[in-house]
Amino acid sequence: MKTVLFVILTAAITNNYVLVKFLGICPFLGVSKKLDQATGMSIAVIFVEVLATAVTWPIYHLLLAGKVDFTYMETVVFILVIAALVQLVEIVLKRYIPSLHKALGVYLPLITTNCGVLGVTMNNISDGLNYGDSLLTALGCGLGFFMAMVIFSGVRSRVEDAEPPKSFEGLPITLVSASIVSLSFFGFSGVLDRLFGG
Amino acid sequence: MTKLQNLLKGLIKENPVLVLVLGTCPTLAISTSVTAAFGMGIAATVVLILSNMAISALRKVIPDTVRIPCYITVIAGFVTIVELVMEAYTYELYQSLGVYLALIVVNCIILGRAEMYANKHGVVDSAIDGLGMGLGFTLALCAMATIREILGAGTFCGMPIPWFNDNPIGILTMAPGGFFVFGCMIALVNKITKGKAITKKEFGCAACPGCGKVGSCSGKEEAAK
Repeated sequence: MKTVLFVILTAAITNNYVLVKFLGICPFLGVSKKLDQATGMSIAVIFVEVLATAVTWPIYHLLLAGKVDFTYMETVVFILVIAALVQLVEIVLKRYIPSLHKALGVYLPLITTNCGVLGVTMNNISDGLNYGDSLLTALGCGLGFFMAMVIFSGVRSRVEDAEPPKSFEGLPITLVSASIVSLSFFGFSGVLDRLFGG
Repeated sequence: MTKLQNLLKGLIKENPVLVLVLGTCPTLAISTSVTAAFGMGIAATVVLILSNMAISALRKVIPDTVRIPCYITVIAGFVTIVELVMEAYTYELYQSLGVYLALIVVNCIILGRAEMYANKHGVVDSAIDGLGMGLGFTLALCAMATIREILGAGTFCGMPIPWFNDNPIGILTMAPGGFFVFGCMIALVNKITKGKAITKKEFGCAACPGCGKVGSCSGKEEAAK
């Protein structure tokens, strides 16, 4: 239990994909304007990240790194698998769970090429994690994305009301506030090691 | 538009990073050292030129409905080639770029240019466009890396610089510094162009054509629901 929590929290907080590792910045800046959109997008990301890891890990270890070494095909295979997977999920959801499709449908195609998803799957492989840890890390990364999105959409709604210097209006001030949010995540870096005895 | 204008527009007027705001992830992540930034820029430029040419040549063959997966396949192929070449000849750089090298596949700039330019123009024009955009990307990346490396680490391409070396602002090489410097650079571009470039430009999902719903995407998605 302790290690499970540690893996998830490390992925979510100290190695936060958006604010520490800079993966998935496009949706972070693009969809974080309203809270409901931010939540919808993040839930879709959690879903796809876990699913993508669940599929790509066996593909890599059973097919690509099998008797004949095809590991150099990692990039091509992973991105195609993720794209196909997202499409498949969308079709299945539309057919069988329309209510969920209505909530997530808009966001699903958006994350096919989210670098967060590809990044998680490839990092899990290069870090040499086992299947369980990979899934937990993917879950943690998704939760970290969710947290960053929700926090940032709150910050952003306040920034919208402020009046920055003219040249800072719009994107620049958003980036500066993202920098401050990211700074706050650095405060966590020592906490986890202490909590779990490092 | 002449060929020269076509090349130069990517450098300044339509700079992919500072004006179109595409490919933010590698810009923020790789810009801590000038050497890595330069390597990343060149790798992305090569992929951009090759994929632009291939997609432009195939534009009449690829059916419209499945064009995004086709583009991704083409791009992923070229990225793999670049990856293998770099692993063989510039191993140190390959290691310092890490996963971001593979993530060129999902770099918004490359898919964006395929969607916005290469599938409407000829092979030669697309190659020039790719070269211009790639150099613009490299330029912006190097400019940002120069600021972050000199002020943050006190070095330039790994060589120590007097005075700055004794007073580094460490935070600039970390994640918050990345966001901050990027924000300031865009503000500077705004200031110089007197806001013509991007003031109040909506940074919606339209700016990230990777979403695969280019054109129909800019906020209209919610309205259509």
